[in-house]
Amino acid sequence: MSALGKLWSKDETKPWKGGYQHYDLVKEASIAVGVVALLALLLTVLFSSPDEKPSTIAQWSRDTPINFVATATDELDGTSPTAEYGPPYNHNSGSVQHVLFLHPQRWLGVSHPINTSRDYVIGPLETIPNDPELKSALAQYKAAPEKQQKEWAEAYGKPLGEYETAVEEKKTPNEKAVSVNPSTGAVTVQASGAGPVPVMIGSLLALARSGGVDGSLLTSNQFFQTDYTKPLLFMADGSVLAERAEAQHLLGEQWGMMNETGSYPGQVWLWLYTLWYQVEPFKSSPNADLWVMLIMGLLSTAFICIPFIPGIRDLPRKIPIHRLIWREHYAAGAAPPAQD
Amino acid sequence: MSATETPPQSSWTVKLRERAVEALPPEKLLPDGQPTYVASWIYIFGVASIAALVCLIASGSILALKGPAWWHYTSVGHFFNSIHLWSVEIFFFVMVVHLWGKYWMAAWRGGRTRVWITGAVTFLVAVPCALTGYVSQQNFDAQWISTQAKDGLNSVGVGAFFNVTNFGQMYSYHVLLLPLAVVALVASHVLLVRRHGVVPPIDLKSRITPAPAAAAAGAAGRQGAPADTQPASGARS
Repeated sequence: MSALGKLWSKDETKPWKGGYQHYDLVKEASIAVGVVALLALLLTVLFSSPDEKPSTIAQWSRDTPINFVATATDELDGTSPTAEYGPPYNHNSGSVQHVLFLHPQRWLGVSHPINTSRDYVIGPLETIPNDPELKSALAQYKAAPEKQQKEWAEAYGKPLGEYETAVEEKKTPNEKAVSVNPSTGAVTVQASGAGPVPVMIGSLLALARSGGVDGSLLTSNQFFQTDYTKPLLFMADGSVLAERAEAQHLLGEQWGMMNETGSYPGQVWLWLYTLWYQVEPFKSSPNADLWVMLIMGLLSTAFICIPFIPGIRDLPRKIPIHRLIWREHYAAGAAPPAQD
Repeated sequence: MSATETPPQSSWTVKLRERAVEALPPEKLLPDGQPTYVASWIYIFGVASIAALVCLIASGSILALKGPAWWHYTSVGHFFNSIHLWSVEIFFFVMVVHLWGKYWMAAWRGGRTRVWITGAVTFLVAVPCALTGYVSQQNFDAQWISTQAKDGLNSVGVGAFFNVTNFGQMYSYHVLLLPLAVVALVASHVLLVRRHGVVPPIDLKSRITPAPAAAAAGAAGRQGAPADTQPASGARS
């Protein structure tokens, strides 16, 4: 017997030789559509649907300019989560996951290339006309060796990083090192040895406040655009999305993307997928996404293959829930057996 | 209508028609009777899944006709978006109950393995179909869900060709490709149920109620097959 043959159990299901009852298929289907439509209508009237306005880079730079400046500096320096991510955005390895010898994230390479320094900072700044100081700063930055560029960005980013860490840990940040002008929204960072970076980031903040960065990140070789990868990843590197998500119970530890803004059920069918992120060892694993995807892939395959899996396929016979389902049929058990 | 009285045996069209009619004669495709054991609340959830699919496709089609931004700035659009959302929630709820019911009925018995597989795959394809809808909403939910979902998809390499932060790609998947797959799977599932019939109760042998002669004869006429062959299907599955 083949391995597949061994998986098959002997099917003793007998053809039905009993009675039939009249049944109006089309009528039942029509009634079902009507009832479900009415139920959907009732739920719509009672609960409507959520529609929280999207965040924009302009709004982010106006509401939390220090976080914007800190994030932009990380993008320039190449130390942001997107800059260090790896495939499909770049060749780094910050978010590349693996399980044993499996590195599927690397298999298909960089399909959506993002150079955070060029795409998020230098590119948008080059769209600003008639600003000699910025033009000079950009020329100085681009002419410098990579090591020098990094030193400038690190010098500027250090006090910003300390400020953001203090805010995150709910401590008092050093407002002498980093401050915001309440009237103009400009951010001042007390940093020495930062070269042209303060001018560049200051100009980027001003451009962002005007909405210019939102537009420049969608501009490419064609007029119509539908790909929001760059602006979304830029915002995700900052705190603008995460702060709103936390308030709306959408963080990973709050059962993540399964939820929806407000008190709506969201994608409840993802409960098992989301469950793994709540328990160890996946909760703290740097390879949690890959582990969870592999587990869910395995479980999904098992779900499809239930008729072939000994034990699982036999449970319905052993746990007699079918007696409840077909209770009317089994209630007629006293009737004489059929000829099969 | 045939062009000639005796069509050529080599006609692909004739062969296809004959095979289709043989597999699913009209009496089996649209039966007006069903076995007496088809009497339980659980059967409601199969037809309710199809009904919810009809409602969500209808509401989704209205949203598609007016474009992806319409529902954000008109109350009528928001109304249809809400109908769409709740139809999806109902669809998944009744489909999950239907699947659990079919599991406890061991509904793959009697040569019905493909019926189970098409049902299970429908659920699994419906999940990304819904996900692409959530990330195509053009609101904060879409921003957050897409930036979170990307990590799982990227980790297995899927993100290289299925980019949840690309609205245009996700919208195409949501309004055409994945619904087409779901509808095709549901159609296959229903046709297979028609072909194989509603699964009979477990341990049928000792509990079967013999059909009265008249009823059996009537059923045979309705199903186009003797009562001792595979039972005909109902809309219920």
